[in-house]
Amino acid sequence: MNFPIVSSLILLPSIGALFLFFINSKNITSIKYVSLFVSIINLLISIYLWLIFDQSSYEFQFVESRVWIKDFINYKVGVDGISILFIILTTFITPLCILSVNSSIKNRLKEFLIAILLMETLMIGVFCSLDLVIFYLFFEGGLIPMFLIIGIWGGERRVYSAFKFFLFTLLGSVLMLIAVISIYWIAGTTDVEELYKLGIDPKYQNLLWLAFFSSFAVKTPMWPVHTWLPDAHVEAPTAGSVLLAAILLKMAGYGFIRFSIGLFPVASEYFVPFIFVISLIAIIYTSLVALMQDDMKKLIAYSSVAHMGFVTLGLFTFTQQGVEGGIFQMISHGIVSAALFFSVGVIYDRTHSRRINDYGGLVNVMPKYSILLMVFTLGSLGLPGTTGFIGEFLILMGTFKKSFLVAAIASLGVILGAAYMLWLYKRVVFGELTNQKLLKIIDLNKVELSILTLLALSIIFFGFYPDPFSNTYSVSVENFINEYNDKLNNYNLQNQ
Amino acid sequence: MINLFYISTEIFLSLSILILLLIGVFKNKSELFIYNFTCIILLVGLAININSNPQFPIDLFNNSYKIDYFTTLIKSVILISAFLVMLCSLNYVKQNDILKVEYPILILSSILGMLVMVSSNDLIVFYVGLELQSLALYVLAAFKRDNILSSESGLKYFILSALSSGLLLYGCSLIYGFSSSTNFDLIYQNSESIEYGIIFGIVFILVGLAFKITAVPFHMWAPDVYDGSPTSVTVIFAILPKIAALTVFINFLYGPFLEMFDQWQAVIIFLSIGSMVFGAVAAIGQKKLKRLIAYSSISHMGFALAGLSVGTNEGIQNSIIYLMIYLIMNIAFFCCLFMLKRENQYFDKVEDLSGLSKNHPLLSLSLMIILFSLAGIPPLAGFFAKFYIFTAVIEQSMYFLAIVGLLSTVIAAFYYIRLIKVMYFDEQKEKYDLNHSIGLKMILVISSTIILIYFINPNIINNFVLDITLI
Repeated sequence: MNFPIVSSLILLPSIGALFLFFINSKNITSIKYVSLFVSIINLLISIYLWLIFDQSSYEFQFVESRVWIKDFINYKVGVDGISILFIILTTFITPLCILSVNSSIKNRLKEFLIAILLMETLMIGVFCSLDLVIFYLFFEGGLIPMFLIIGIWGGERRVYSAFKFFLFTLLGSVLMLIAVISIYWIAGTTDVEELYKLGIDPKYQNLLWLAFFSSFAVKTPMWPVHTWLPDAHVEAPTAGSVLLAAILLKMAGYGFIRFSIGLFPVASEYFVPFIFVISLIAIIYTSLVALMQDDMKKLIAYSSVAHMGFVTLGLFTFTQQGVEGGIFQMISHGIVSAALFFSVGVIYDRTHSRRINDYGGLVNVMPKYSILLMVFTLGSLGLPGTTGFIGEFLILMGTFKKSFLVAAIASLGVILGAAYMLWLYKRVVFGELTNQKLLKIIDLNKVELSILTLLALSIIFFGFYPDPFSNTYSVSVENFINEYNDKLNNYNLQNQ
Repeated sequence: MINLFYISTEIFLSLSILILLLIGVFKNKSELFIYNFTCIILLVGLAININSNPQFPIDLFNNSYKIDYFTTLIKSVILISAFLVMLCSLNYVKQNDILKVEYPILILSSILGMLVMVSSNDLIVFYVGLELQSLALYVLAAFKRDNILSSESGLKYFILSALSSGLLLYGCSLIYGFSSSTNFDLIYQNSESIEYGIIFGIVFILVGLAFKITAVPFHMWAPDVYDGSPTSVTVIFAILPKIAALTVFINFLYGPFLEMFDQWQAVIIFLSIGSMVFGAVAAIGQKKLKRLIAYSSISHMGFALAGLSVGTNEGIQNSIIYLMIYLIMNIAFFCCLFMLKRENQYFDKVEDLSGLSKNHPLLSLSLMIILFSLAGIPPLAGFFAKFYIFTAVIEQSMYFLAIVGLLSTVIAAFYYIRLIKVMYFDEQKEKYDLNHSIGLKMILVISSTIILIYFINPNIINNFVLDITLI
């Protein structure tokens, strides 16, 4: 038996967290270094996994399967070309979050880092679980650490936000639990690979699809159940917002690919108009809402909703470009939104204000910061040469194949995105320095500079050279589309 | 010749009760000795019980008493939890002036009653066991007799329980009248044709039993009695009678009344949905932890009943797993309550938890694990308990029950996380004492660890119930 590399990826952060638990909480330096060390090791393992990953195969690789609950559920994990990228994203963002706690977290640092590391375990688990029950465990387990991160280390209205986050997500996912159990009784297994082969009886698909959708829609978040996101983002500490925007939202997008579309092709086809409509509402409506915000974090949160609207739009075109674009957009948004939240965190730590009106003219006092923020802003609005462009471009290409009208309306969203991001940048960075407090503000320190530079470099690098990503997922996506079409054709043949 | 070997646990407990009574009468200041000795008796009883586990089902006393793997398992669970309860409440009992000679002896006799209930295969034996259990518990509820709340709760429990016993007896008499026997096996044989008299009898018996496990709408006594009784008695109420009564539920429904599954299924579903929803909604406004846990246990009993309403072996097995995890969580929760004391004064209000995490990080960590588990959030044990139940429920396509149940867990999650919010997000108060007994600490640590790491190998607990096949 080979070395269980995927399981070790999942377990390592938890072991690190357990180790942290036994360190004296006054020993701040060693706590920081241990957690950073663990997360960097995890990053290296995941990169190693990426290197030895066979890109020419669409099969699940590094699959581990062992009996977990006897005669019922097997513990099964593995990666394919789609999930491996999300794992890399997780392991890449987590060390940055840990680095960023220096300035933002003042009390209970140990507990915070334990929560972050546990989150990492759960997030990696979500992306590589190949069994519905295991997936559900990881997916839901994330509620506990995130609830604590928002509630303990959050801002003024943290209690309200933490409750809203917890209850919204829980409400969405209990229906998914019912669907998972129903699948077990309908198909006799919860093993995803087997379910792909067996297929699920089309007459159940619509209801099951809706149950899964209720969970993923809350998590994505899609209009109209997105309202928890701005609150959670605003109140969470910087590292929490970053994790939330960069990775947690992607769990739902990943869930759409792996489960909603993969398991229920007939239902997915049936619900395409529905998804298109609410995606378009998400894109246009939340962009307009974002324009009106005077809180920076809230603005970025609404922009996340709009960007995830693009993702669902792309995924449900079922075209090679659309799905690839959706995946790329998720990765890109993972990096860009993380960078934006880090940037907001930087100035929030200095002035303790997130209101846009309190800023202005930052370019005079924080030149390095202003340059980096420019890169992120352009990445977010999808300027060619950044990762944001590739994702949106592919999605729109895929959508044009399906429907001209939908694509045309979605393109409006791109313009609106440019409007609110550039306006934000203008109000924060340009203009006169009116606020006296800002005169004494210091530019980025070394840690912040290295975090933001790393993110900016990756946005530009992968914007010009997306091949490392696209090579990894293209075979899997191709197979994904083919299987989808096969299943749909079979169904149509049977019904004729 | 009756083989008394198989009921040696019951005989041992009865003899111990008599001997302890004699010691209590003739020896001065023997309270603590008797208390400790009771703990040992429970452990020895457990060993005897496991030792007398029969290879195949045994009928005794003219088929009115049956011993098989299922009853032995439940008896062991009762004895273990009684031992843990006694161990963790020792300090509380000492400091609240209720350490009297009678206290441990009453607990022992109620446990004896439960053991008889669990094994009974005859309506009369069952009723004797039930009353032995209940009478001892009435006294225990009112044990802090100077305290007006405790006396009130004892009286309330007594009167309402007497009412329910009356209904139950009436049901028994109806069944006897229409099936001409009190023996479960004979009732089963004689009641093949469905007669209304028997159905009425079943409903009356179910009402009486639902009262004992606090299923809605027969729950009204629970919050007051839980709140008024001394905490060391509340923990008994929350755990032991429920195990026994739920086992009797199983014995009744899947024994003599199995043929009438269609008739009683609707009743159980009604009790289950009512308990799940009401327990979840009513707990939201509670300010006292003991009242809150009373409502929470109402809701948990709803889930256990949902497993029974299914009518499959999996349903029964999953209900028993649910019960085991429930009792671990409850013992752990009450351990936390026993730790909230300052200079012999015990606290049981929600606001007393305020900011607990700053002063007592380990205690609040355990309490947080327990609360998340009670709320049923994965990957803690409480989630699996519910997961198994709903697996059994959905197998029979009872989607309505599953959806209502799961939605009620969302409502219930609100008040559990409210406690976590109070502990972790609110301002801290004065510190509590740290001088807890080693037993209390051990139980808390071990039970919260079990809750936390149950998911690593669920088979360890699940294997216990695999052999239970009643249908």
